[in-house]
Amino acid sequence: MKTLYDKLWESHLVSEDENGTSLIYIDRHLLHEVTSPQAFEGLSINNRNPWRTNSVLATADHNTPTKNWSHGIKDPISKIQVDTLDKNIRKFKINNYFPFGSKNQGIVHVIGPETGATLPGMTVVCGDSHTSTHGAFGCLAFGIGTSEVEHVLATQCLVQKKSKSMQINVVGHLNKGVFAKDLVLYIIGVIGTAGGTGYAIEYSGDAIQDLSMEGRMTVCNMTIEAGARAGLIAVDDKTIEYVKNKKFSPSNEQLNSAIEYWKTLKTDENATFDKVISIIGNDIKPQVTWGTSPEMVSSIDGIVPTLDSISSEDRKNSFSKALNYMDLKPGAKITDIPVDVVFIGSCTNSRIEDLRLAAEIFKKEKVSKNITSAIVVPGSGPVKEQAEKEGLHEIFIEAGCEWREPGCSMCLGMNDDKLKSGQRSASTSNRNFEGRQGAGGRTHLVSPAMAAATAVAGHFYDYRKDFNL
Amino acid sequence: MKKFESFNSIVTPLDMINVDTDAIIPKQFLKSIKRTGFGNNLFDDWRYLDKDIEGSGRKDRKINHDFILNKKIYVDSKILLARENFGCGSSREHAPWALLDYGFQVIISSSFADIFTSNSFKNGLLLITLDKKIIETLFDKTKKENNLYLSVNLTDQKVFNDDITIDFEIDKFKKKCLIEGLDEIGLTLQKSNIIEEFEKKYYKKYPWLI
Repeated sequence: MKTLYDKLWESHLVSEDENGTSLIYIDRHLLHEVTSPQAFEGLSINNRNPWRTNSVLATADHNTPTKNWSHGIKDPISKIQVDTLDKNIRKFKINNYFPFGSKNQGIVHVIGPETGATLPGMTVVCGDSHTSTHGAFGCLAFGIGTSEVEHVLATQCLVQKKSKSMQINVVGHLNKGVFAKDLVLYIIGVIGTAGGTGYAIEYSGDAIQDLSMEGRMTVCNMTIEAGARAGLIAVDDKTIEYVKNKKFSPSNEQLNSAIEYWKTLKTDENATFDKVISIIGNDIKPQVTWGTSPEMVSSIDGIVPTLDSISSEDRKNSFSKALNYMDLKPGAKITDIPVDVVFIGSCTNSRIEDLRLAAEIFKKEKVSKNITSAIVVPGSGPVKEQAEKEGLHEIFIEAGCEWREPGCSMCLGMNDDKLKSGQRSASTSNRNFEGRQGAGGRTHLVSPAMAAATAVAGHFYDYRKDFNL
Repeated sequence: MKKFESFNSIVTPLDMINVDTDAIIPKQFLKSIKRTGFGNNLFDDWRYLDKDIEGSGRKDRKINHDFILNKKIYVDSKILLARENFGCGSSREHAPWALLDYGFQVIISSSFADIFTSNSFKNGLLLITLDKKIIETLFDKTKKENNLYLSVNLTDQKVFNDDITIDFEIDKFKKKCLIEGLDEIGLTLQKSNIIEEFEKKYYKKYPWLI
């Protein structure tokens, strides 16, 4: 009896060393400009070549601007990094490349699934912690550092130790107006940001099966925020339907045998996990983070906790430090917190379903005059194109949002899209660390629905009263 | 990778949980295409009072004298004492690069994030995981004595001074790589034949992945 994780591990096991490590074969290697230059440099210094260039899919996403693309990249240091990626791609003869400015460019974790470069049963790695996203397709997908990027380029393998396994079973269904982002923030609130350290997490249960592939990607994406490198969801008909007929999907002749194999990518009925956690789906309400760690989260009808509700001494210290940074008072109502900037985007929530959801709200109401800026950044060229085909961009623009070019943007603010010191954001991204969206900026993590409702109200707002989402 | 050798150093106590890699090295400093030079911006938001929002790397910064790393006695410290979940967040290897470039060789904590752990060992930064109670004792000692010195001996897996000796656990393979300064890619490439054999069988079974 095997778990999905066991199956993926075993099918990629090249060798086991007596020192307790294993060599694991890597199917798909996603590359971007920030974590790859030193890896390519390492290859050059040691006179090594990539093992299998076809496994690589590369794009520039972290540093790229989201407006005025025709002006190129203004920041000279960012430009060097993006140019260096261009040079390395040419030098090492990598074919699968979506450069800055091209039609298919986008956030690496959006374009992987979108092009069929991410397929069930694969091992997928990238020098980016949010590689866990791809686990939504029944893949073993995890983030690696630059030394490991170099290792995969040179050997097509990684030296790994098998993780422990955890099952998070979401019992029952999510309520109306509660989304994948709320679910995963709630889970992180329950298990904590170190709750998954050392584990690969498989999500299961009715509420997970109910989710679209976009929703599943959102959940797996934030698995790293719970400390686990990899999040997994079993393959079902939705998975198979999604991956068919994409640029890198199997050809028609191979599709049937691929599907036959993909259908085996689930945990056997009596398999056991090292740890099992149950979450009650209909307990969950829309979520808003109030602190500087994703585990510092409340329901929309909740409050910022008070000091006496925090148990341990070191947590009390970090609680006070977080509230000080966020400029919030203990006991403040979440719905009373005013917001300056709204960001809808990132590898967590920039797919077409996310944009459709936000548009449902902007269709009816305009951005509040108390909001300094509301920006909508599609995850990729094709997401942008689809949104424009559906007229979503017009809804955003008419409501008072800015409609931008694809990229990582304000999730981490390596380009011009940053919070100013003291500004407060409602953001659909994944990290609310100090300074994450700009030095001194204050981030609240929310779903696309909450981000849009907050843009309209000027403060966090329980949209369930007015919108039937 | 440089071989790891025993040493003695004052211990810098960083009394915070969940120190993330965005705090260790903020994103505006990730634009370099080199592995070196990140030490100046280690804990940048906490070490300096003014912000270098563009990541220009300018040197004329306003020092935050309240921040622990800026206390004179810790200037040459090679050991950082931290709390649970150190290194959580992003996979940026710039975090261990910055810690090493600054001068730290060892971090002691009750737990470390997974990706940070693997990045650290690949660069010769030794992470020592100890029981929460021992971490608490060490923090107490740094507060009371104000100048806790420790020696680190990786071969014997010991951290010690005249008062205390603490044994620590470490994965055998990681220890060997650190002590011998091994090139992991070179080691894997010695198994090229095995990888090629694996590929033959693998692509026969999953031909759509070629």
